[in-house]
Amino acid sequence: MTISNVSIGAKDFVLAVEGLTVSFDGFKAVNDLSFYVDENEIRVIIGPNGAGKTTVLDLICGRTKATTGSIKFRGKELTKMKEHQIVHAGVGRKFQNPSIYEDLSVFENLEISYPRGRNVWGALTFKRDREVIEKVEEIAEMIFLKDLLGKEAGLLSHGQKQWLEIGMLLIQNPDLLMLDEPVAGMSVAERKQTAELLHRITKNRSVIVIEHDMQFVEDIADRVTVLHQGKVLSEGSMERVKTDPKVVEVYLGH
Amino acid sequence: MSYHGFKSYLPQQDLLGFALLAILLLVIFPLSMDIFRLNLVGKYLTYAFVALGLVLCWGYGGILSLGQGVFFGLGGYCMAMFLKLEASNPEATKIQSTPGIPDFMDWNQLTELPFFWQPFHSLTFTLIAVIVVPSIFAYFIGVAMFKRRVGGVYFAIITQALAAILTILIIGQQGYTGGVNGITDLRTLKGWDIRSDEAKYILYFVNVAILFLCLFAAQYVRKSKLGRLLVAMREREDRVRFSGYDVSNFKIFVFCLGAAFSAIGGAMFTLQVGFMSPSFVGIVPSIEMVIFCAVGGRLSLLGAVYGTLLVNWAKTSFSESFPELWLLAMGGLFIAVVLAFPNGLAGLYQTWVAPRVDKWLANLKTPRPLTTNPLESRS
Repeated sequence: MTISNVSIGAKDFVLAVEGLTVSFDGFKAVNDLSFYVDENEIRVIIGPNGAGKTTVLDLICGRTKATTGSIKFRGKELTKMKEHQIVHAGVGRKFQNPSIYEDLSVFENLEISYPRGRNVWGALTFKRDREVIEKVEEIAEMIFLKDLLGKEAGLLSHGQKQWLEIGMLLIQNPDLLMLDEPVAGMSVAERKQTAELLHRITKNRSVIVIEHDMQFVEDIADRVTVLHQGKVLSEGSMERVKTDPKVVEVYLGH
Repeated sequence: MSYHGFKSYLPQQDLLGFALLAILLLVIFPLSMDIFRLNLVGKYLTYAFVALGLVLCWGYGGILSLGQGVFFGLGGYCMAMFLKLEASNPEATKIQSTPGIPDFMDWNQLTELPFFWQPFHSLTFTLIAVIVVPSIFAYFIGVAMFKRRVGGVYFAIITQALAAILTILIIGQQGYTGGVNGITDLRTLKGWDIRSDEAKYILYFVNVAILFLCLFAAQYVRKSKLGRLLVAMREREDRVRFSGYDVSNFKIFVFCLGAAFSAIGGAMFTLQVGFMSPSFVGIVPSIEMVIFCAVGGRLSLLGAVYGTLLVNWAKTSFSESFPELWLLAMGGLFIAVVLAFPNGLAGLYQTWVAPRVDKWLANLKTPRPLTTNPLESRS
């Protein structure tokens, strides 16, 4: 069939990004980018500021439309789908700044993300039944917020807000989880807790993480992709990438 | 730990509020006022329908429409067309050059009833049209705007422009619409004289009853997941979108619901006041309705009703003495509300009165202390 199918070959990738380019008024934030994410892999994307990391996530989740190229998630072409359809397909995304509903309680934040009653009629007739409550409590326990379910989300600490947003993704049970700087602004203790959390939640799903904290990257990454000026500079295990002279020059050397 | 109690769509505080409003509107006002004043209150209450729609659209959904008069007007005009046709039977209009058509058409040299007036001979069609026509109009505006992600101040400006356009259209098409005078001289509804005192009493109570139906509908929406989604969208539209919701559909829904409420208000206005004119469609009435909502508290359904009553009462008493100052006072009031108490009267009530009422309710009810569900405290 198409070239992309040939290049995927025998192996089934969860996510196959090929020849992806996006140009903002001539500036190519992402330039002919290709990478592949395996089943149950934790992939970390690193790179200097302006390398196009967040833009790549925006492209995958449909927030930004690609100029050319293809993004295939389990064989589905994401570039032609709307944001909510991409979510329904099984892609979840956490934003860089904690993006939660501050006026609602922790419980309500999680409940809204529960994948049921997602159209107008469904939302009008949605019932808070045992299934929903149990799921919300289970997730809340995972993200260390079990005792704060009734609290207004705006009153949580920064780290707790980050966890809440991760929880909001977990309750959707996505096959591909994308996290943009999940430990930014966290204390050392919170970072450790988050790393544990990520280890637990990444079972049975693939994860793409953008992160600057090298210690954290070493803790969690299966493989690392280094972006520079919208292109892949280097890719492989953390060990390999760390010693790559190109990477040392543009990123790690600073 | 139970979250089940939360499912209650009418918590105690709200129930008390609804009951107090019912007593005020159904007992205190009718007993203490003559029919002239009561009819005036009835007229004000028709604006409360609009304010109610704005609470959902603007307060909850963050969609500020400065053109709700359009829907109020469409509903009112639908009702007026029916009543006008009934008042223009061939017998009553036999001195016209074309008997059987509304008088203003005759003055404008029309010799036959325009096609879009024809179905308004039927009361059933009219009652359906009162709700459906404005809702469909709102639906098209909603699709055109929200699917393209037009929002915020741009949406407000466009709705305001629509209010201006519709006013100009109505005034310009005098032969079809009655022009700047509107549709006047409405007399009977299926032979029942709506101008009599008795009819005004009945219409007042019908109006209050329908207002309560709309209040309950709005309360249901507010307490459903859709209500929480509206709040979520107001705060983090992107997060809602990336939680798998098509945000525009929810905005379209709530905008149409607001339009339908407004239209019902418009129809009740026509019935109680006896005419409909473009002066209830344009920019000024549309903005006034936003002020009613803001003064009452844009997050409170009951606040919208009280705000409407209060501002209109002030308007009537104030403009009798200082007609030219009223608009300035209204503008000042709006600024004051936004700056000093952004959640309006309802906000003041929530801060100062509600905690005491809660305590009182708790003491009243329980031998054992009321276990307050942490989730419920936000309702």
